[in-house]
Amino acid sequence: MTGSDVTRVARPSGVQRAAAERTRRTIRRRRGVNVVMIGVTYAAALVATLPLVFILAHLIAKGASSIDLNFFTQMPKPIGEVGGGMLNGIIGTLILIAIATGFGLPIGIGAGLYLAENRGTTLATAVRFLSDVLNGLPSIVMGIFAWQFLVRPMGHFSALAGGIALGAMMIPLVTRATEEMIRTVPTSLREAALALGYPRWRTSLVVVLRTALPGIITAALVAVARIAGETAPLLFTALGNAFWSISLNAPIAALPLQIFTYAISPYDSQHALAWAGALVLIGIVFVISLAARFATRSRFGRGGD
Amino acid sequence: MSEAARPVVTTRPDDGGLAARIEGSAIGDTVYRAATTAFAVCIPLLLVFIAFEIVAAAWPALRAFGLGFLASSDWDPPKQVFGAASAIYGTVVSSFLALLIATPLALGVAVFLSEFAPAWLRTPVAFLVDLLAAIPSVVYGLWGIFVLQPILRERVMPFISSIPLIGSSALFEGPAYGPSMFSAGLILAIMVLPYISAVSREVLLAVPRTQREAALALGATKWEMIRDAVVPFARSGILGGIILGLGRALGETMAVTMLIGNVHKISASLFAPGYTMASLIANEFSEATGDIHLAALMAVGAVLFSVTLIVNALARWLVWRVAREARS
Repeated sequence: MTGSDVTRVARPSGVQRAAAERTRRTIRRRRGVNVVMIGVTYAAALVATLPLVFILAHLIAKGASSIDLNFFTQMPKPIGEVGGGMLNGIIGTLILIAIATGFGLPIGIGAGLYLAENRGTTLATAVRFLSDVLNGLPSIVMGIFAWQFLVRPMGHFSALAGGIALGAMMIPLVTRATEEMIRTVPTSLREAALALGYPRWRTSLVVVLRTALPGIITAALVAVARIAGETAPLLFTALGNAFWSISLNAPIAALPLQIFTYAISPYDSQHALAWAGALVLIGIVFVISLAARFATRSRFGRGGD
Repeated sequence: MSEAARPVVTTRPDDGGLAARIEGSAIGDTVYRAATTAFAVCIPLLLVFIAFEIVAAAWPALRAFGLGFLASSDWDPPKQVFGAASAIYGTVVSSFLALLIATPLALGVAVFLSEFAPAWLRTPVAFLVDLLAAIPSVVYGLWGIFVLQPILRERVMPFISSIPLIGSSALFEGPAYGPSMFSAGLILAIMVLPYISAVSREVLLAVPRTQREAALALGATKWEMIRDAVVPFARSGILGGIILGLGRALGETMAVTMLIGNVHKISASLFAPGYTMASLIANEFSEATGDIHLAALMAVGAVLFSVTLIVNALARWLVWRVAREARS
């Protein structure tokens, strides 16, 4: 009896052997699937980064040759004439960014301070939620809103209307980022200031806000990078301008608008300018984004929560 | 600061202005609170104001055409007849096409970045994918017109047409011109991919470690762990990310305007040109003939506003739910 038990353990029956074989096969199959799926995610990462590489390569290949000093210092030439630059578009974009920042930044920082200091309140929850919703609003909707609100009553297109439209787009971005940055300021710092007899408002503005300032500058830069390339909100507000104008009360040129106009024009010379403009625009956007990235990393890269 | 305490402080001969300063700080606190609250209230007010302005401007068209505005595809400015159905159709089709292409890719990237990527590859890949979101829409459009569209017209579309059964189906009927629903959907896919992958990556990283360890302890392979333990936990957040991408795709203007062909027609074929709500506004707004045309375009804007509002609210709610679950 004991002997038969031993043989049964030592020599598995056919059924057991088949089961073991099945298990082995299952494990092999599962490992195979595992490897294949890991490979698939690698492939997905590769495919997802390809468009960026292609776009950058084409921008440089088609745009770099048209970029020289004249591009930054001269006005666009009439069709048929060689050369010319996009001085008005570059300056126009900078002016629009300045208006947008002047309008959007204070509101965004103020709202961000409120959200960070009143985290649990109903108003804070609602504002946080709605600012995310506002952030998702199509930029073209912001454009027709600014047209209806500013251009229509004023009776003409203007840089101001374009700047306000862009500024409104900045608000939710700055708000949420400011809130996050202020949350990274240690509570002990705030408590120390309060214990020394600082009133709450001075603690917030002088101690907390100043500690979070690099982060907030980063947030502002990210928001500027996001709106610098926006075209849709400017179509019916800033309108674009083929001539030199820096008046806030008149239509103004903007780099993205000029790229759009040149891209859909039938002339090859204008296509070349569109590529060059796009390269400059993306250069501006990337430099701002990179600056923002490194500003955050140096200060908040370690630590935080 | 009660009435009883105040005389004691103020009657002290030399308090160095302490009482005044305490009083001042109270006023300062009140002012500070009021100011930040006012800034915070700006955001809901702005949203309400945008809605009000657009609906008010759209009112004449909404009153004139009623619900038929959404159902009719008759857009005829000279006859002053307006129906947004073809633009709504184009918006929905191009956005879903974009999601169809972008979602699997974005999820693959998110899983790669959160689970498999070696440390040295993680940051650069995440950075490159994030940079996709930083490229301005008009640059996508430019690239689409001069690079993507010729490739699609000469290589990809003829290839699809040559596949038996699929190529001859109604979905890919007609000649392969460049401007089409297909090229618009493709450029949109590239544009929404970074949004979907960023949100998905975040919710995948928020899945508690115990969830993974439990699956591995039961003998699961890494892939089985992701499929059975990680993704189900993050499901509603991933869905939120996809819907967030949908919101982006629905409202995207410049690149689509430059690639979709801008034709008021509903066609089953993806190779045919079409229109979206955003591109319709971008194209016709500055040349609107007459008040009712303008109001009709505003009404299209109102529809776009409402749809993206709902889509975004839904997406945020889903993502928040995951964040809350992960915390508790």
